[in-house]
Amino acid sequence: MSITVAPPGSEHTTDVVIIGAGPTGLFAVFELGLLDLKAHLIDILDRPGGQCTELYPEKPIYDIPALVEVTGQGLTDRLLDQIKPFNATYHLGQMAERLEKAGNGWTVTTDAGTRITARCIVIAAGGGSFTPKRPPIAGIEAYEGKSVFYAVRKMDTFRDRTLVIAGGGDSALDWTLNLQPLVRKLTLLHHRDGFRAAPDSVNKMRALVAEGKMEFIVANIKALQGADGALGGIVLNNKERGDFTVPCDALLPFFGLTMKLGPVANFGINLHENLIPVDTGTFESSVPGIFAIGDINTYPGKLKLILSGFHEGALMAQQAFRYCRPEEKLRFQYTTSSSSLQKKLGVA
Amino acid sequence: MKLIVTDRNGTVHELKGRDDWSAMEVIRDANLPMAAECGGACACATCHVYVAEAWLERLPQAQQQEVDMLDFGVAVQDNSRLACQIRLTEKLDGLELTLAPESL
Repeated sequence: MSITVAPPGSEHTTDVVIIGAGPTGLFAVFELGLLDLKAHLIDILDRPGGQCTELYPEKPIYDIPALVEVTGQGLTDRLLDQIKPFNATYHLGQMAERLEKAGNGWTVTTDAGTRITARCIVIAAGGGSFTPKRPPIAGIEAYEGKSVFYAVRKMDTFRDRTLVIAGGGDSALDWTLNLQPLVRKLTLLHHRDGFRAAPDSVNKMRALVAEGKMEFIVANIKALQGADGALGGIVLNNKERGDFTVPCDALLPFFGLTMKLGPVANFGINLHENLIPVDTGTFESSVPGIFAIGDINTYPGKLKLILSGFHEGALMAQQAFRYCRPEEKLRFQYTTSSSSLQKKLGVA
Repeated sequence: MKLIVTDRNGTVHELKGRDDWSAMEVIRDANLPMAAECGGACACATCHVYVAEAWLERLPQAQQQEVDMLDFGVAVQDNSRLACQIRLTEKLDGLELTLAPESL
């Protein structure tokens, strides 16, 4: 599926910025597009689909109207196909960080420096931004960014360091294999002698252990040792050895992703228990022109279902049109009978 | 049937278990703090619980999918399970679980 991805750091002006490219955000492009409103999508993941592609790409979903069975990836692919005529612009691998008033609209700035100005903002951020899980170890905050990292931005950061990688998924194993030649000493740490990661990576890791090029330890992390953000060692625990310390000056925990509300909390809109209360006629938040659709909103009777997000997007688009095209009359049409809608869809 | 759940402050909650519900659903329904982000698809490990020693052997064994997904749990122990994969039955009346710590 080819989509238009904008380079990070670029500047744009459009009608609507949609934060979150999950199924709800994607279908919103369709509903806005039927009203001739252009959209840009921002997502922290590096591909569209949100939870559908990140959490359950291969799991079947059975409650999408008219699709008896579709996987998370399948639904995403179909939505991308359906919204293709509207040629939305995607800003992927970026987090919407700041929202500022700009004339009668808003400017969204991402953590990659992309700036998009639009009349309306649609928050379709689901459960929030996918961010790496941070293990609940006392005092870990002090080391984060200095000797504890949740991603490898530059491999050189780890050159000649004594590194511990924790986890058993593909990220843990892939980075074990990639960083092993670079570091002074590498220890892979996991709570069991078994891995969720691809068997091929596991075999390669075991071969390195057999050659004495790295160590694999089955244990749990108990505590971190060090001072001023500089890690000196990790206290581990297992049944055989009890508590013991592994010296190291860098730790990479890979425990998958979790969803955090993130900077949306600072956008100046009312929140209720990390959800955005909306008017169910327009799906507008407490701030006119800022909408919330899908799992991130709340209202009496709310159901966190994909189909609810689709409905909410349709009503949002009507209100967004009133803001974006105040001089025009909103015309309600059906795709079955309207030749102008069919032209937009490229079928007439 | 009952489900005895200790939250992260150490407070013990006696919840009414329902046959065929998952432990995650009962805990979420009681508004205890459990993210359960994927909604029970065994795809996120945010319904991580510790099972009381006495109950460990009495629970049906974890399927491979659950064992693998626990690799994405934080603070996993030998008695770790995913609550969405524990299906409640009368045999599990009185099951004792503790909510595991969450990601910071």
